[in-house]
Amino acid sequence: MSNWKEFSKGFWAENPTFRLVLGMCAPLAITTSVKNGVGMGVSTTAVLVASNIWISILRNAIPNQIRIPCFIVVIAAFTTIVDLSVHAFSPVLYDALGIFIPLIVVNCIILGRAEAFASKNQIWPSALDGLGMGLAFTVNLTIISGIRELIGSGQLLGRPVVPPAYQPSLVMILPPGGFITLAFLIAGMNVISRRLEIRRAAERKEAPQ
Amino acid sequence: MKLDFSTLMTIIIGAIFINNFVLSRFLGICPFVGVSRSLESSFGMGMAVIFVMTLTGFVTYFVNLILVITRVEYLQMMCFIIVIAALVQFVEMFLQKFNPTLYSALGIYLPLITTNCAVLAVALLNVKEGYNLIEAVLFSFFAAAGFALALVIMAGIRERLEITDVPRTMQGVPITFIIAAILSLAFMGFSGMKF
Repeated sequence: MSNWKEFSKGFWAENPTFRLVLGMCAPLAITTSVKNGVGMGVSTTAVLVASNIWISILRNAIPNQIRIPCFIVVIAAFTTIVDLSVHAFSPVLYDALGIFIPLIVVNCIILGRAEAFASKNQIWPSALDGLGMGLAFTVNLTIISGIRELIGSGQLLGRPVVPPAYQPSLVMILPPGGFITLAFLIAGMNVISRRLEIRRAAERKEAPQ
Repeated sequence: MKLDFSTLMTIIIGAIFINNFVLSRFLGICPFVGVSRSLESSFGMGMAVIFVMTLTGFVTYFVNLILVITRVEYLQMMCFIIVIAALVQFVEMFLQKFNPTLYSALGIYLPLITTNCAVLAVALLNVKEGYNLIEAVLFSFFAAAGFALALVIMAGIRERLEITDVPRTMQGVPITFIIAAILSLAFMGFSGMKF
């Protein structure tokens, strides 16, 4: 049960993109098409799970004073592996993501999970934590890139899905579109979570009577 | 090493305006959202970033030369991130010793720069674009200046925003992103400038 909690917290309560506003570069920059979004999400998940497991194994061997540099070196090693793998297996994706694959190193989510979770927990929960956070990040990227691709080019996964009469609004796949999409998604998330809170508070009030 | 005025001009204007790091390349968004609450702190952060990024551009140029000569280019990312972390630490100690006033002004912003993706990005972009030493240093300096410019503009707008009536749903991060979108639209006007 607690394992399930470690896995699922990234999707709503501690959603990295919409709640904690961490690691914002990738969700804004590469989400011009669903393919790129999913590719980036999977790459980040791979680094996150691997570095979480490895840091959890090493957690008793790393001296406390220099833990941040140690974490960064571990993360950099796995990012290099992912960078070379993507370059070898999917050159098209590699070109599309460009500089943002190496920049996984400085994605705050990964260092944040290493510092807040993996350095204090056993291997198995750390792996689940990394997997949950990574998948939540992938889902976020997919949602953002889906909206931007649909409105900006009238396609989904490269296939036209809207009537030909629709004029795609180019601004959505240009830089401002990223900011606008994210702003409205975060606002929407705020509205829903406030409604939930009000309902929960009302239930609590009724319960004792 | 050849110096062509128009190439340098293209790099400078491109780095500040056309491909502004924050507003069109989406680098360094975290400090852009986090530190842009007041003009004073955003100015401090901007200065710190300019300082560290220029130094990074300079040092990583030589680090990359060593990597290329010894044929271990695949260690590029790891070496760059260590160089940046060391550099930030060094700058911090140096300022603390020789210029305590500036040190206390920059305060907590210095250590935060290590995880600013703009700094690592500038090192990687210098290599990717194949800049020579002067171009690399100029690009680093003006890219950082562009970051500082966006940060200061944003802070100015957000200070005004404090006294306006923003709908409750949009308060905080969402309205910041909407402003960023409008700023980004404005900066798109620079694209297509040629020298």
